[in-house]
Amino acid sequence: MTGNAIEVRDLTRKFGAFTAVDRISFDVRRGEIFGFLGANGAGKSTTIRMLCGLLSPTSGTARVGGFDVRSQTEQVKLHIGYMSQRFSLYDDLTVGQNIRFYGGIYGLDDARLRERAAWVLRMADLEGREESLTRTLSGGWKQRLALGCAILHEPAIVFLDEPTGGVDPISRRNFWELINRLSAEGITVLVTTHFLDEAEYCNDIILINAGRLIAAGSPAELKSRYITNPILEVRVDESGIVEALETIRACPWALETSVFGTALHVMTADESEGKRLIRQTLSAARVMVHQITRIVPSLEDVFLYLLDQEAAKAGAEKA
Amino acid sequence: MITLLRAVKPIIVKEFRQIRRDPTSLGMLLVLPAVLIVMVGYALNFDVKHTPLVIFDQDRTAESREFLDKFIQSEYFDYKYSAGGYGEIEEHFLQGRAKIALVIPPRFARNLIAGNDVHVQILVDGADANTASQAMGTAVRLTADYATKIVAEAFARKGKQLYMPVDFQPRVWYNPDLISSKFLVPGLIGFIIVLTAVISTSLTVVREKERGTMEQLMVSPLRPFQIVVGKTVPYIAISLVAATAILILGYLLFDVGVHGSLLLLYAAILIIILGALGQGLLISTVTDSQQVAFMVSVFSSLLPSFLLSGFIFPVASMPVALQIFSNVAVNKFFLVVVRSVMLKGAGLDAVWPQFVYMVIFAAVMLGVSIKRMQKRSM
Repeated sequence: MTGNAIEVRDLTRKFGAFTAVDRISFDVRRGEIFGFLGANGAGKSTTIRMLCGLLSPTSGTARVGGFDVRSQTEQVKLHIGYMSQRFSLYDDLTVGQNIRFYGGIYGLDDARLRERAAWVLRMADLEGREESLTRTLSGGWKQRLALGCAILHEPAIVFLDEPTGGVDPISRRNFWELINRLSAEGITVLVTTHFLDEAEYCNDIILINAGRLIAAGSPAELKSRYITNPILEVRVDESGIVEALETIRACPWALETSVFGTALHVMTADESEGKRLIRQTLSAARVMVHQITRIVPSLEDVFLYLLDQEAAKAGAEKA
Repeated sequence: MITLLRAVKPIIVKEFRQIRRDPTSLGMLLVLPAVLIVMVGYALNFDVKHTPLVIFDQDRTAESREFLDKFIQSEYFDYKYSAGGYGEIEEHFLQGRAKIALVIPPRFARNLIAGNDVHVQILVDGADANTASQAMGTAVRLTADYATKIVAEAFARKGKQLYMPVDFQPRVWYNPDLISSKFLVPGLIGFIIVLTAVISTSLTVVREKERGTMEQLMVSPLRPFQIVVGKTVPYIAISLVAATAILILGYLLFDVGVHGSLLLLYAAILIIILGALGQGLLISTVTDSQQVAFMVSVFSSLLPSFLLSGFIFPVASMPVALQIFSNVAVNKFFLVVVRSVMLKGAGLDAVWPQFVYMVIFAAVMLGVSIKRMQKRSM
């Protein structure tokens, strides 16, 4: 086994004529938090399912913990933990019964199960609630209990498929603290998400779109690689935001324009020249400008840029 | 093998806990059999007794009275009305107040004494074919008895002994009183087992698919057959309890005992349970929602068990095409075994072909569903 926890080469999965995952290759280093990003239907879940041995690849190879997902499925399953956004718990069992059940199917003996159950209850902040029915727990608790059940058997690699879907922001932050702790203990975490702020917590990320890998690297690398031009945040009067977007988009000097909440992000070749052009254009269009500031690009800027490039490429191929 | 089975235990424990927490499923598994046996045993009664009778006596003599007494005293008929004409009879039939009518012609007594032919008319409401044919049969028998008696008296008056060229002596074996509950209760075991086992198995698996817990089991090192064993053992146990409850209730309420080997009976019950569980699992591998699974389960278990198995309607009286098609109902074979073993005390030598079919059915159902689960996981 090399230093990589996961090695994926040209992994492909087709469903009939539809290619859900198209020749994806990437490596995940041991102990890192690896982010897997993409829109719904981009192929994230299909890839994870192949890596967990739930789905066999159409072609290509993947090794998880040094085991081939196609020929050594049983070994792979012993060494991974998996948690999906559905928090696969039995609602009609108590917290303690869920823990004992998952411990039982992984073959934990009584002593180890007791020790691990105590650990899960502490980690999930559920001490004293072993007898509560799982359906009475709130989303954040369920989420941490589901994670606890998924890693009862202390796997070296954990797959988290949209683990923060449907929970409140505070629970989301607590959950990422847990993920960081796992990583600090040397556990490899592969996590899919469509929250781009969460991607900033990852050591490395990949972005997939329509089954294909379109970018890979650390968040800092991706920003410096793709966003070389300054990005200006333009705050305009709320009523004029659509007008402003359309006007600026039509200008050739605006390299990239998108709406972020109540502001526009505009990429230009030069900061001061850009500011001057934006003010001039918008005042001609009678849109009131409150403020223009240069901002540090976020991953969202990177991904919108990359997805635009992809769309342009696809358009060019068609034409 | 022991390690393979050890991982199954937590699933069995969990499944029992879930069943206990869910009053609806527990009710369906244990109360339904009890309700059904009482309903089927008492309500689904083909023994046609107390058929309401209307009498149109145009003779009104001691002789006509004697003849009619045969009917009035029979428990098969309830003398309800006497009519003064055909119009009144029709009125009673239309209102559903009477199902059978006896019309005694004028000069009934005089013709009888003179030794002439006498024609008594029996009218039957044929809307309910089963009741009609049974009532008619009984009426014909009573009339024949009476006629024989008259002839015997006539012979006796002439100092001669009545002589019967062919004496008809019916004797019914296994169920001498022709009580339909003896025929229905054994059939009910198969009906209830198939219905509850198919539905509960398909639902328990599909529920896990809906909740996403099935996926969680699939990423664990459990193999599909371990999941299948773990999820079905509790239902095997419950179905055995339900079958035993029906046997006990059938004995207590309807006096339906087991004449043959209990071991053989339970072997048959176990095999059909396995087949039904296999059918439920198979349904769960092709459906993704509990509603669909429930509908497919009911359709594929209730209809064949009820209509095609011979539970109520004899297979032999179906059209040939339907008789061939009736082989899809595994219950058809189970019924033969259970009725033979319970009522006739038959041994394996008499029912082994049915056993072979049931074993094949169970093996195919379980085999295909495990195969499908493995494929789905890949």
